[in-house]
Amino acid sequence: MEGSVRPGDPSGSEVAPPPYVRVESVVKRFGDFTAVNGVSLDIQKGEVFCLLGGSGCGKTTLLRMLAGFESPTSGRILIDGQDMAGIPPYERPVNMMFQSYALFPHMTVSGNVSFGLEQEGLSKAEIRDRVDEILGIVHMQEFLHRKPHQLSGGQRQRVALARALVKRPKLLLLDEPLGALDRKLRERTQFELLGIQERLGVTFVVVTHDQEEAMTLATRIGVMNRGEIVQTGTPRQIYEYPATRFVADFIGSVNLFEGQLVEDEADHVRVRCPELPVPVYVDHGVSAAPDGPLWVAIRPEKMLLTHEAPASGDNWARGSIKDIAYMGDISIFVVVLAGGREVRVTQTNIARSVGESFSWGEEVYLVWDASSPVVGAG
Amino acid sequence: MAGPTVKVGQVGDPERFTPLWAAYYRFGPPRWEPWLRRSGAGRKLVIGIPLVWLCLFFLAPFFIDFKISFSETRLAMPPYAPLLEWGPDHALSFHLHLANYRFLLSDALYVSSYLYSLKVALISTLLCLLLGYPMAYGIARATPTARNLMLMLVILPFWTSFLLRVYAWMGLLRNNGIINSLLLWLGVIDQPVQMMQTDFAVYVGIVYSYLPFMILPLYTNLEKHDPALLEAAADLGARPMRAFLRVTLPLSFPGIAAGSLLVFIPVIGEYVIPSLLGRPDQLMIGRVLSDEFFSNRDWPVASAVAIAMLALLVVPIVLLQRVQARREEA
Amino acid sequence: MSLPKRSLLVPTALAFGFAFLYVPILSMVFFSFNNSRLVTVWDAANSPTVKWYVALFQNEQILSAAWLSIRIAVLNATGATVLGTFAGLVLARFGRFRGRTLLSAMTTAPLVMPEVITGLSMLLLFVALEQFIGWPAGRGVTTITIAHITFSMSYVTVIVQARLSGFDGALEEAAMDLGARPATVFRRVTLPLILPAILSGWLLAFTLSWDDLVISQFVAGPGSTTLPMVIFSKVRLGVSPDVNALATLMILVVAMGVVLSAVVLRRSERRLERERREALAETA
Repeated sequence: MEGSVRPGDPSGSEVAPPPYVRVESVVKRFGDFTAVNGVSLDIQKGEVFCLLGGSGCGKTTLLRMLAGFESPTSGRILIDGQDMAGIPPYERPVNMMFQSYALFPHMTVSGNVSFGLEQEGLSKAEIRDRVDEILGIVHMQEFLHRKPHQLSGGQRQRVALARALVKRPKLLLLDEPLGALDRKLRERTQFELLGIQERLGVTFVVVTHDQEEAMTLATRIGVMNRGEIVQTGTPRQIYEYPATRFVADFIGSVNLFEGQLVEDEADHVRVRCPELPVPVYVDHGVSAAPDGPLWVAIRPEKMLLTHEAPASGDNWARGSIKDIAYMGDISIFVVVLAGGREVRVTQTNIARSVGESFSWGEEVYLVWDASSPVVGAG
Repeated sequence: MAGPTVKVGQVGDPERFTPLWAAYYRFGPPRWEPWLRRSGAGRKLVIGIPLVWLCLFFLAPFFIDFKISFSETRLAMPPYAPLLEWGPDHALSFHLHLANYRFLLSDALYVSSYLYSLKVALISTLLCLLLGYPMAYGIARATPTARNLMLMLVILPFWTSFLLRVYAWMGLLRNNGIINSLLLWLGVIDQPVQMMQTDFAVYVGIVYSYLPFMILPLYTNLEKHDPALLEAAADLGARPMRAFLRVTLPLSFPGIAAGSLLVFIPVIGEYVIPSLLGRPDQLMIGRVLSDEFFSNRDWPVASAVAIAMLALLVVPIVLLQRVQARREEA
Repeated sequence: MSLPKRSLLVPTALAFGFAFLYVPILSMVFFSFNNSRLVTVWDAANSPTVKWYVALFQNEQILSAAWLSIRIAVLNATGATVLGTFAGLVLARFGRFRGRTLLSAMTTAPLVMPEVITGLSMLLLFVALEQFIGWPAGRGVTTITIAHITFSMSYVTVIVQARLSGFDGALEEAAMDLGARPATVFRRVTLPLILPAILSGWLLAFTLSWDDLVISQFVAGPGSTTLPMVIFSKVRLGVSPDVNALATLMILVVAMGVVLSAVVLRRSERRLERERREALAETA
């Protein structure tokens, strides 16, 4: 099967190992509804790949196709070089951690975890050893004889993880793994999950709608919208260089401006936005049609709030403060520009009094660096 | 070929292997799994078994019923003429006998018992609703302990013999029965009141037997209502009665519909209750059917009565199906 | 929430309704100990007595009919449970397939179909079958059992389906994901979960068959007289005290069964609740 894998990695890295999981133009239709529309993906061994998107974007359907619960209408899925077509879930080298955990309510923790090993026909002693080992890793040894209803949400999550990992799958699928946990527990569990993943070297595919979860867990993120993958990249790439307006808007918060290209050079561009008093100067080239409409995205934390008028002829705006929200670590300001456009700006509260130096209704300037804006077409 | 020979007929003798065993020895035990998976036969089998059973024993009989309702009565076993028959001249003749239906329409007995059944079913459904709704409401609003106890009390009669529970009313309603004796002893009446063999007795018997069918779906519906809805209505200035009429009642329509249909449909064909408690001069359609069948041995007319009854029930049954399906989705 | 508190309608309806449901049953129990043949006149001098119970156990006709009814009810309950479980499983878990609407309609309709129609249609089917393929030869236990299975399997279907839809469908997917084949998934996961429903389905199917008069009357043959048929022919002629005794015995058995199951259920629910609370307290 090695020979059938096409050379070359779409992301353009120099040495491209054969992808561990390959999704080839997969389409899934339910009646008239197209849930997944021509998705192609390569996932490398040992990666934590996050499928990120809103509800109904097709991310769960894609995951269920990897697990074998749904079969693609067209396209192929290869895992470790093997075509998965026609292989039922119980014969795939893949395990899944369900969103609801799906722990068997009539079995104890050890019954749940050993269930998968019993299906492989292992000896009792070996099953016991492997159950002990994996429960040790997730710190659940002392709950061996408890039933699921006797566990807290966090403990259930660990059992579900152990149950899926004990089979030593080539690929672990996680459906909203932290969705059912409260915020505090979620933060702690995120790092534990990564620790376990590194220790066991299992490839993870995580489905989530929570961008924060995706950012902390993922080595790479695939952003999905309406059944298609809109962008894949590292969390930093996705956040700093969103490829489309949808990604820019979906990940984090952003101020988007419509504009027209007025200066187009290899090392910089200048964009004129009707809502801003001066052009936006960007210190990198843009591969967009020079005459078409453009969008410019500037993250709230990349803008600086100041009382002093900027000297430069680019990259600033002027407005009055409409709202201030003090969040502790940061403060959020809503500034209304002359044309009525509202802009969101965040400032880190480095000193205790930073937030107090601006007040409602005050006239302020917004300035930003030439490297901050992202420009795209469409 | 001299020398010792293997005794024929011993274990290990290849000639005694049937081809089946030979195949088993060569290929091992049959592996159904790949075949089952490829053909989806396991799934089809699980779907097929109940489906085929019900088609054969529930659906097919109605077609036979329909067919026989067009036959002529005969003194034979079975007592009806086939629709298709080889005539004496070896010609296939087809007798579509509409007389049974014409007979139903022309004879006053059938029309009146048909209408009477409809009346009894409508009135008893209404009575069940009037008594069952407040009961279901009360159970749904009770404390969990009381609720479980009352639910058990509603379900309990369901598990005891229907026939015996109707019989119990005979003891209560007779002229020298408990109710009359009590009323006489109290001096409320000086003559026993005739209650047996009246419409009253039929309604009592039906409401008594079918009340749980009304209460349970109503309870399931009412129990799901969020109490905050009524609090919100009160907060917005609705008086309790108004809140009930505008919030609880409309929300409980699916329960009302399910309960009413569960009572109405079987009552149309009720046989035991009117036979034991009802008027001898006014039969219900179920009784007519069974008399035609057992006393007159007129199977075609009995079939025609069943088809006529079914025609009346098709719409309510489809409605019930819809209500249940919608409840499943919710 | 003030409607039930202020209005007397609801408590009155509850009191009246439960009295209505239970007075007839209790009166039957009470008069089963009456000495007088006149069922409803209490013979204070010689009562209570158990002579009707003694008479009951000496009545060959009732005893043999009861034995026949028990045999049919057991056969029926077992068959109806198997078929009903299949149908419930299919309707709750198999998603869309051809014939789904038909199956779902055919499991709802028998619940409400007037028994005279079902009985007559069944009989006509059996007669036609005998005419064409020679089976079932004559009518008796076989025909009664088939007819009972057909109408009582719907009840099992409803119970199993309701139980299954209360469980996360991901449970079976999880088992499959862990390497269990469909048959193993059913045996190790689905079956243990729906076992209570199967059990109560079996009991309900037993009761329905034990209780059925009308359908049995149509499809029974000579020599297969079930208990309800005996009772019906007796009470048609008027009240009879040994029927009171019989009713009392049957009510006793049912009441004990229902109360026992309620107690067991409540205990296990309470245990679950306690363990859940403990688990929560531990993590807090």
